[in-house]
Amino acid sequence: MNQTNTTAFEPSRLVADEFGGDLWTLNFGPQHPATHTTLRLVLELDGETVIGCTPHIGYLHSGFEKLGEHLDYNQYVVVTDRMNYISPMANNIAWHHACEKLFGIEITPRCKVLRTIIAELARIQDHLLCVGAAALDLGALTAFLYGFNERELIYDLFEDICGARFTTSYTRVGGLMQDMPEGWPAKVKEFLQIIPQPISELERLLNNNRIFIERTLGIGQLMRDEAIAWGWSGPLARSAGVVRDLRKDEPYLCYADNWDGRGSSGVHFKVPIAKMGDVYGRYRVRLEEIKQSVEIILQLVDNIPAGPINVLPADKMTLPDKNEIYFSIEGLIHHFEQIMTNRGWTPPVGEVYGANETANGELGFYLASDGGRFPYRARCRPPSFINYQAMSRLTVGHQLSDVVAILGSLNIIAAELDR
Amino acid sequence: MVDWLVIQFHTQLGFSIVLLLVVIPAVLTGVGYSTYFERKVSAWLQDRHGPNRAGPLGLLQPVADGVKFLLKEDFMPAGADRPLYILAPMLSMGIAMLGLAVIPWGGSYQPAGLAEPLQVQVAGLDIGLLYLLAVGALGVYGVVLAGWSSNNKYAFYGGLRAAAQMVSYEIPLGLSILVIVLASGQLRLENIVEQQTALWWGFLPQWNIFLHPVSFIIMFTCVLAETNRAPFDLAECEQELVGGFHTEYNAMKWAMFFLGEYTHMIVGSAFMVCLFFGGWHVPGLAAEQTTLWGVLLQLAVMGAKISIFIFVFMWIRWTLPRFRFDQLMRLCWKGLLPVSLALALVVVVELFFNVPRSYWSLIGEVGVVAVALVAVSLFRIPVTGRQWYLPDLDNRTPLRGGSV
Repeated sequence: MNQTNTTAFEPSRLVADEFGGDLWTLNFGPQHPATHTTLRLVLELDGETVIGCTPHIGYLHSGFEKLGEHLDYNQYVVVTDRMNYISPMANNIAWHHACEKLFGIEITPRCKVLRTIIAELARIQDHLLCVGAAALDLGALTAFLYGFNERELIYDLFEDICGARFTTSYTRVGGLMQDMPEGWPAKVKEFLQIIPQPISELERLLNNNRIFIERTLGIGQLMRDEAIAWGWSGPLARSAGVVRDLRKDEPYLCYADNWDGRGSSGVHFKVPIAKMGDVYGRYRVRLEEIKQSVEIILQLVDNIPAGPINVLPADKMTLPDKNEIYFSIEGLIHHFEQIMTNRGWTPPVGEVYGANETANGELGFYLASDGGRFPYRARCRPPSFINYQAMSRLTVGHQLSDVVAILGSLNIIAAELDR
Repeated sequence: MVDWLVIQFHTQLGFSIVLLLVVIPAVLTGVGYSTYFERKVSAWLQDRHGPNRAGPLGLLQPVADGVKFLLKEDFMPAGADRPLYILAPMLSMGIAMLGLAVIPWGGSYQPAGLAEPLQVQVAGLDIGLLYLLAVGALGVYGVVLAGWSSNNKYAFYGGLRAAAQMVSYEIPLGLSILVIVLASGQLRLENIVEQQTALWWGFLPQWNIFLHPVSFIIMFTCVLAETNRAPFDLAECEQELVGGFHTEYNAMKWAMFFLGEYTHMIVGSAFMVCLFFGGWHVPGLAAEQTTLWGVLLQLAVMGAKISIFIFVFMWIRWTLPRFRFDQLMRLCWKGLLPVSLALALVVVVELFFNVPRSYWSLIGEVGVVAVALVAVSLFRIPVTGRQWYLPDLDNRTPLRGGSV
């Protein structure tokens, strides 16, 4: 805890004061190439130095939380796709993680493995974009595009498994939409053999690039204590030296020991931690996390347990098999109960909070249930929103060019920020 | 009539006029195709295909772009300073094209039955080199006026940045050229090129690059900054200033900035080729060729050398991130300027001992770099960023793992 916190910026002498001028107000966004989505920063500039920074949010507000009160536990997964659209699979999994916590369902080992693999693929997908964006915002477009062919391969894998590349909506309460196709693990392994190459290309291009380091080292610094105080999570917190990863601290899926009920240990992986809490540290932590994700998938992909992907139909949670619907009266009634608008599940009355470690940080859903078909309240804890709060603290005192670098390193996805 | 024309053509003035009519369309075509080349190079670097729809291999893409620019709505923002807003792109492109006049494209051509050879150069000025420097320095006006007249804060920032940057980088650029001027004792570009056509040991051409490598690196850096190319493209820098000085420009006015930038690149490359890479000199041929075929070969070699430079410009642009503004200024004033001053001093000393254009130049340049490195490391002078040295990054950003 004996960290020296960087003190808040105190302008000693402003150029504007010296020459009797005013501060220059620059409206940065909502349409601006560097905000990636629709963000707006109102910058007070003294020459090139940022004196004040006021982030404005809400330009992409879509009422996702209100929608959650009118869609049932399976339907809402479609909305979660649209939250952090860089890694929609991770949102699907986080949503149903919270739902299953509410229903008290333990999903099958096969489903756990598939969900873990997909969650890690989504993490790779998100980080590949974000480490590239770190360079993009400094003007190096090529590094940004280096990871893109591989992101396409991940989209291909998602398309194979659920039919959609982008808006996946793959998970369901108590399981998955469908089982993986034949030969899918082989494709995943093929992908895992390709992925180290762009990573090493990025590393060779940027890690020791003098300009890149000068632009990122010590920029947007937030030390450990302050990172905790701002409520940071995910790679941002870890780059500031906060040792917290939900996969280790509150393990779920295959990260937990005894996940298959037969005493298997959780997957082995390391949690990369950086100390400086600057843009460079965030870039390095993300890069390292990609490698760890590859390790995790490699441990799982070879021995995906057999068995059903959905919990038993007797639980009345998942749709029965088509054969059952067509050829047995029980199956037909079950199906009917599931899809009719005036029927459906009867979840226990209560409140749960379920959170997953997604690429951006802790993505949690807080569900309040009154026993009805829809949640009474479906609150989302978006990592982007919490992380974005520190924007003003991070940028003040830096140069205009650094604002862009910091914004890119936070990986703000406005759809998730504004919901 | 025809005889009269032929006679007129056989004077330097007539030849220059003909050359002018050839050079301008040729360079404009070259500019068009460098935009195509830029997109292809970036595509190669980024695992993409690049333009390949218009014509075979996308070769008609510049034509399609030109038509598009001409047909687009000519928009002017409210509150813009009308005359300056219209003048800026004209200045930007016109001034860039002025530099083409003094470039020696292909040596001299000796037609049969003519006493004096004809220079393959539009204007053989005595102060050709100074003219080129002056015209290059004027280039900043287009950018600054565009930034000022657009009535846009981003454009204004771009204009301010461009003004500070271009004026600063003029100085090391001038000093590095001074090195060549002092060493060669010439201000005429064609004479500087001619000096470089001799051979060492019968095979190595006496190009200035072998004598003044450090001056070349400084000049190359400054030309990058002067032409506003990445990593010095702070005046437009998309990620920060949207479009910088040309944020509010579109259609043909924007295209003129674009053409101006590429023309500037071509002139800058030609300038460097003339000063350091023997201009039209064909490696392997000792003497200047004055026959028609010889001149054409020299023209082709000149074009090839310029193309290589333009490729390197693009290569750098698509590889490196961009500097921050204070780093850019620090690099100029604390890095390039002292070194280029020291280089000029070395040449002056050589002149005093009457040994310019000898291996002493090379020794002097290497010595300057060594002294600079020692000074930087002893006194910890920050050159670009806040530290002169890079800390052990893995130590500073330890990536430790383990069960939590």
